[in-house]
Amino acid sequence: MRPLLSALVAGAALWVSVAAAQVQSPVVDFRVVGDAIPQPLTAAPPNPQRGRAVAADSRLGNCSICHHLPLPGVPEDAFGDIGPSLSGVGNRLSAGQLRLRIVDASRLNPRTLMPPYHRVESLERVAPAFRGRPILDARQVEDLVAFLLTLTKPAP
Amino acid sequence: MSRHRAWELLLAALLLAGAQALAGEPQKAEAAGKREESATGARSGYHFLGPELRALQDDSFANPGTLWLERGAALWRQPAGEAGRSCESCHGRVGRSMAGVAARYPAFDADLGRVINLEQRINRCRSERQGAAPLAWESPPLLALTLLVTRHSKGLPVQVAVNGPARASFERGRDLFRRRLGQLNLSCQHCHERSVGRHLRGEVISQGQVNGFPVYRLLWETLASSHRMFAWCNDAVRAKPYAAGSREYVDLELYLKWRGRGLPVEAPAVRR
Repeated sequence: MRPLLSALVAGAALWVSVAAAQVQSPVVDFRVVGDAIPQPLTAAPPNPQRGRAVAADSRLGNCSICHHLPLPGVPEDAFGDIGPSLSGVGNRLSAGQLRLRIVDASRLNPRTLMPPYHRVESLERVAPAFRGRPILDARQVEDLVAFLLTLTKPAP
Repeated sequence: MSRHRAWELLLAALLLAGAQALAGEPQKAEAAGKREESATGARSGYHFLGPELRALQDDSFANPGTLWLERGAALWRQPAGEAGRSCESCHGRVGRSMAGVAARYPAFDADLGRVINLEQRINRCRSERQGAAPLAWESPPLLALTLLVTRHSKGLPVQVAVNGPARASFERGRDLFRRRLGQLNLSCQHCHERSVGRHLRGEVISQGQVNGFPVYRLLWETLASSHRMFAWCNDAVRAKPYAAGSREYVDLELYLKWRGRGLPVEAPAVRR
């Protein structure tokens, strides 16, 4: 009975590890061209409404902690001023340029304060709850890019 | 002198006086700022508080840390451990024996062969002189005794030794301050050196000075050590914090004390 049990356990463990290996990598491959990632990270069409939610959610984009951006309902004094205002950013940067700045801004400026939102490599002492996971998955990055492209009105 | 010439002279005198007044303005402002700023440009967290919180810290009746000082004073006199001795049994009156001590900590301990902070020094006394169990990190009695000892350095300039045997600890602390950590990939330096005076959401970023610890933190509604604050910052960048009392945090505390050298010790300090 005991050998049968251990064989079953071993078989289950093997099945679990094979299944885990088949799960998509948490970070998708991308190609940088100049200062941009021209190709979208997902095949599915992005949704700017979902992107607005990603921008506003403090567990996801949390953009307002460092940037001013038009987010209705957020009081004027509740925006950070570490990074530039995102008002009108849809006129200043292309989708590809926005994508690279969100995915890993350090590729453009190694000294940047902007966290790498879609990277898991070369990070030190990541808390266990976040280890091996990017801040935003590929769909969230695309939704956020789509939302930022709608910000075409310059700051008042 | 013609009437015309007299007007000219008067105008020149007024312009000169005006120019002097303008030139004098920044100097005056600078002199006022110096009270919270050390010769190296270090600025206490007090400088970054709004007027209400400054007033709360300055008013010893309203300051919530005052209650903790009273707890500390009672503990100073209370016998503990197998030896049945209190702090006072050996050290006498705290105001005399502990004057200036906190301004010099963390410091190298020759017997242990490493740098220890004030909490660890108090716990050494407990285990070795009083025969008592060490007080737990962040426990109310350890915070209260640490604040009491710190109180007797109030207003004195922070001055820690970083050359000699403390050098290795100091250098490790400096490296930790500059190391990017966590999923957000940020170092202490990114906020507390490169972004001082800017805002995270609505909150102004300070220099991260430690001349006021243990501080009464309004967010936590309690007295808190610098190590609890370090862990809070590590959590904020989604990094795994080190343990309170760990070598890493003592190293960082030593480096930060040195970085704020010359700032006056504040006790009890109030922070957001």
